[in-house]
Amino acid sequence: MKLQRSIKDARSESELFRRRALAGFALILLGLIGLIGRYVILQVQRYDEFATRSQNNQVKPIPIPPARGLIYDRNGVLLANNVPAFRLEVVPEQVKDMQAMLARLGQVIPLGQDDLDAFRKQLKQSRRFESVPLKMRLTEDEIDRFAVNRWRFPGVDVVPYLNRRYPLGELFAHVIGYVSRIDADDLARLDPARYKGTTHVGRIGLERSYEDILHGTPGYQLVEVNADGRTQRVLQTHVATPGQNIYLSIDARIQKAAEQAFDGRPGAAVAIDPRNGQVLAMVSVPTYDPNLFVDGISHADYGALTGSPDKPLLNRALRGVYPPGSTVKPYVALGGLELGLRTPQDTVLSTGTFYIPGQSRGYRDDRRGGFGTVDLRKAIMWSVNTYFYKLALDMGIDRFSAWMGRFGFGKPTGIDLEGEASGILPSREWKAKRFKQGWYPGETVIAGIGQGYWAVTPLQLAHALATLAGRGVPYAPRLVMATQTGVDAPRLPLPNPPSGPSLVTNQASWQAVEQGMQLVVNDPRGTGYGLGRGFPYTIAGKSGTAERYSRRTDAYNENKNLAYLASRHRAWFEMFAPAENPRIAVVVVLEQGAWGASSAGPIARKILDAWLATQPDAPPDTPLPPEGSRSAPAPAPAASLPDVPEDEPAEAATQETPP
Amino acid sequence: MIEALHVRTRRLLHRVLTRPRVDLPLALGLLLLAGTGLTTLYSAADGSFPLVGGQAMRFGLGFALLLLVSRIPPSVLRNWTPWLYAGSTFLLIVVAVLGEGRGADRWLNLGVMRFQPSELVKLTMPMMVAWYLHPRQLPPGWKDIAMVGILIAIPAALIAKQPDLGTALLVAAAGAFALFLSGMAWWRIGLLLGSAAAMVPVIWHLPVIHQYQRDRVLTLLNPESDPLGNGWHIIQSQIAVGSGGVFGKGWMHSSQSRLDFLPEHTTDFIFAVYSEEFGLVGVCLMMALYAFIIGRCLWIAMEARDTYSRLLAGAIGMSLFVYVFVNGGMVSGMLPVVGVPMPLVSYGGTSAVTLLTGFGMLMSIHAHRKRHD
Repeated sequence: MKLQRSIKDARSESELFRRRALAGFALILLGLIGLIGRYVILQVQRYDEFATRSQNNQVKPIPIPPARGLIYDRNGVLLANNVPAFRLEVVPEQVKDMQAMLARLGQVIPLGQDDLDAFRKQLKQSRRFESVPLKMRLTEDEIDRFAVNRWRFPGVDVVPYLNRRYPLGELFAHVIGYVSRIDADDLARLDPARYKGTTHVGRIGLERSYEDILHGTPGYQLVEVNADGRTQRVLQTHVATPGQNIYLSIDARIQKAAEQAFDGRPGAAVAIDPRNGQVLAMVSVPTYDPNLFVDGISHADYGALTGSPDKPLLNRALRGVYPPGSTVKPYVALGGLELGLRTPQDTVLSTGTFYIPGQSRGYRDDRRGGFGTVDLRKAIMWSVNTYFYKLALDMGIDRFSAWMGRFGFGKPTGIDLEGEASGILPSREWKAKRFKQGWYPGETVIAGIGQGYWAVTPLQLAHALATLAGRGVPYAPRLVMATQTGVDAPRLPLPNPPSGPSLVTNQASWQAVEQGMQLVVNDPRGTGYGLGRGFPYTIAGKSGTAERYSRRTDAYNENKNLAYLASRHRAWFEMFAPAENPRIAVVVVLEQGAWGASSAGPIARKILDAWLATQPDAPPDTPLPPEGSRSAPAPAPAASLPDVPEDEPAEAATQETPP
Repeated sequence: MIEALHVRTRRLLHRVLTRPRVDLPLALGLLLLAGTGLTTLYSAADGSFPLVGGQAMRFGLGFALLLLVSRIPPSVLRNWTPWLYAGSTFLLIVVAVLGEGRGADRWLNLGVMRFQPSELVKLTMPMMVAWYLHPRQLPPGWKDIAMVGILIAIPAALIAKQPDLGTALLVAAAGAFALFLSGMAWWRIGLLLGSAAAMVPVIWHLPVIHQYQRDRVLTLLNPESDPLGNGWHIIQSQIAVGSGGVFGKGWMHSSQSRLDFLPEHTTDFIFAVYSEEFGLVGVCLMMALYAFIIGRCLWIAMEARDTYSRLLAGAIGMSLFVYVFVNGGMVSGMLPVVGVPMPLVSYGGTSAVTLLTGFGMLMSIHAHRKRHD
């Protein structure tokens, strides 16, 4: 049937096609004739007009790159600006013999090997008629000498531009980062229309993460050029729209005090306002001079930075991961209260060693013989491991990691910088993924004191502390608080709403933890006693000392040499103030510190002092009486507790350190 | 087994080389076009020999593929068609998911070379429509028209989303031409085109249209509004074309491209260089050459043995017109700037290779034409 029909239709189908093909061809001819008609209009009817325009076509649009937005601290201290400078540019197409030209030019203006290497690299990447920068930041002497010899170098020109400078250099290198020359990879990702004439782009830090805001929109000039392509006359100028200025929430004074407090010892500090997530200071020591990178860093300088054992290019605040040690205890304590596993009055007996029921392996306390019966406040004050071993075990790893995850551990904090490390929040899922192994109760025990798989960045801990200090309301940390469209324009604040609901449902729980942290600093028996001396507000804090290596011998237990201990420990201190109504939360880590309280604590205190000096409403700075706890509510009965025999209670004390 | 394959391959190669099954007029037209293209490119590229040499190599590859494909009988092509169509559409999806490219994600990195699946679709699309209509009762009714519409829309939408509106247009046109040639009733064509025209204002505001695409159309109406970007292209291209006059400025005398006033003067805007150097006379000759090639393709289609061959050959020939019309219109400031090359003239390998492969199919269809007895 089907066959028959196709045979029957074959002839008519073929005929139908023939008609269609002819009709189609007729339409195509019409279209082509129409197209030719358009060319007749251009080439015959409007020939005179276009011939004249072609003759006079010496007008070229030259893009005007926008001035990059400036960067200020919260008080308007200039941190990044643009300085007028001159550079030497070459249009490859107009140079007959590049090698000979460079040799001759080198006699007029000295050209370094780094300049030549960068030039040759960029020469390969750019088109022949696009100008390529040869030497940046010419001196006045060089400009004068070139002006005299300019006729010898067709295709070479001195071009004005704005050079990025970082007046405070090293102090903000890890926050602001730097701009550097646009390379081939950048060309692939950037919008060519927005970057015409622009030579630099934000490479790292805020310069990169706020690139869109800082960059601006280019303008253009219509210029008349001669046969060499040199500009003869500017006909029209359409100005560029400069990029927006940005204001950091960082106070340069606090930043400076923080950096100086480290005295060159490797470490990091982050201070956050718990009321809104604004970062008040963020330092990573050691640091580097970002100005070196702007026009391409020399091999020697770069080698010195990458070869240094202290790794100055590493942003420790953002990317350094360390075991948090006892600094996690206040968060674990709050979890015990909020999850209904403990009341502030519940006590635990610390005997010096903790055993999981039915297991023979012991987990140590920091004091031989233990701390006796301790409640939550004392457990925080003394950093009593047994209390937290047991609490973590009662929580179980799943509830433990879920609760700690709410403080932001184990994931990026969402700060407005790229490249944040995630750290590690110990959990059953994480271990299954990483080691393909099940979870052991012993690992829960040591997780409770911040040991084991734990790894946090200083920024993460500061974020967690700010969340805790702000009565559980989490804010993503923010470095930039406002933008501005011009020097005289009003600042436009960038909103930063809380990133989630409050973690605290019962204010009494929060107060118990806060009181425990007050005791750390203000009770003579506290691990950080003395750090609050002379400060007008009550400080709450917690120390942390984490071991860098596992213990293999007994040498550790005998050796009290501080230098030896420093080489083995990471020292942490976290503090916030005023304790009842916190306005600043500070976290300090020292990569090599003997003990958290004595090594990192004073740095944190110096940051608080610098912050205090910036507060207009600060009460007079009256030293605390050495013994008294000033305004804080009196701690729970203390008389019945045994005295602390050691000055520096050790905190990290598992018998075995996990992998 | 391998030995047999080896022998067969060698025999095939031998036949390709000694007894090419080509239609001489069409082959001569294509060679003339390619030669003109290389000549113009030499001038547009400012005498850059590597550029011209590279293009000549691609033409070489293209003509080799043409000869090879001309040995594949249309019936074999037809059997492969659904698989080729599905495969090329699948590659489009792969590109959409993990493609890499500059701004527009069109390329698939094969390690040794980068490859644009949308080029492949330019061929598989008319093949698929022809394959679908081949066994059906013609002229097609609404049901078959709707099916063909879906077959066209899927790859075209994927390509338009890359975003590559120019290629999407070429692909859709190739499918639509096959439908047209199958004898779709005029009133149905009128109805569809009419409603499509009525939809334009709606589509204009749909979020699938990128803002830059709207800008390109608006720039066309007022080129001076965007003197750094497309407006500049349009103004400079028109100056180049117009200043060529009736007889042109002569080969290697295009001042517009020489002084770099004309951007993209080796690729999408090469026809402006050609028009400036050879004038209206050159434009008319070039159009005549294209008309000859298209006409010869349609003649081959009319001589073809079955519906599949007819529709495929006709659609490939007619889609050449879309290239010429869109590129010629763009260069003369009549149509917006979309990335459609002037076939076999613009610099750039993939489109030339695709085109020549398509002509290979035409050669094969010609070799298997009806016997007039």
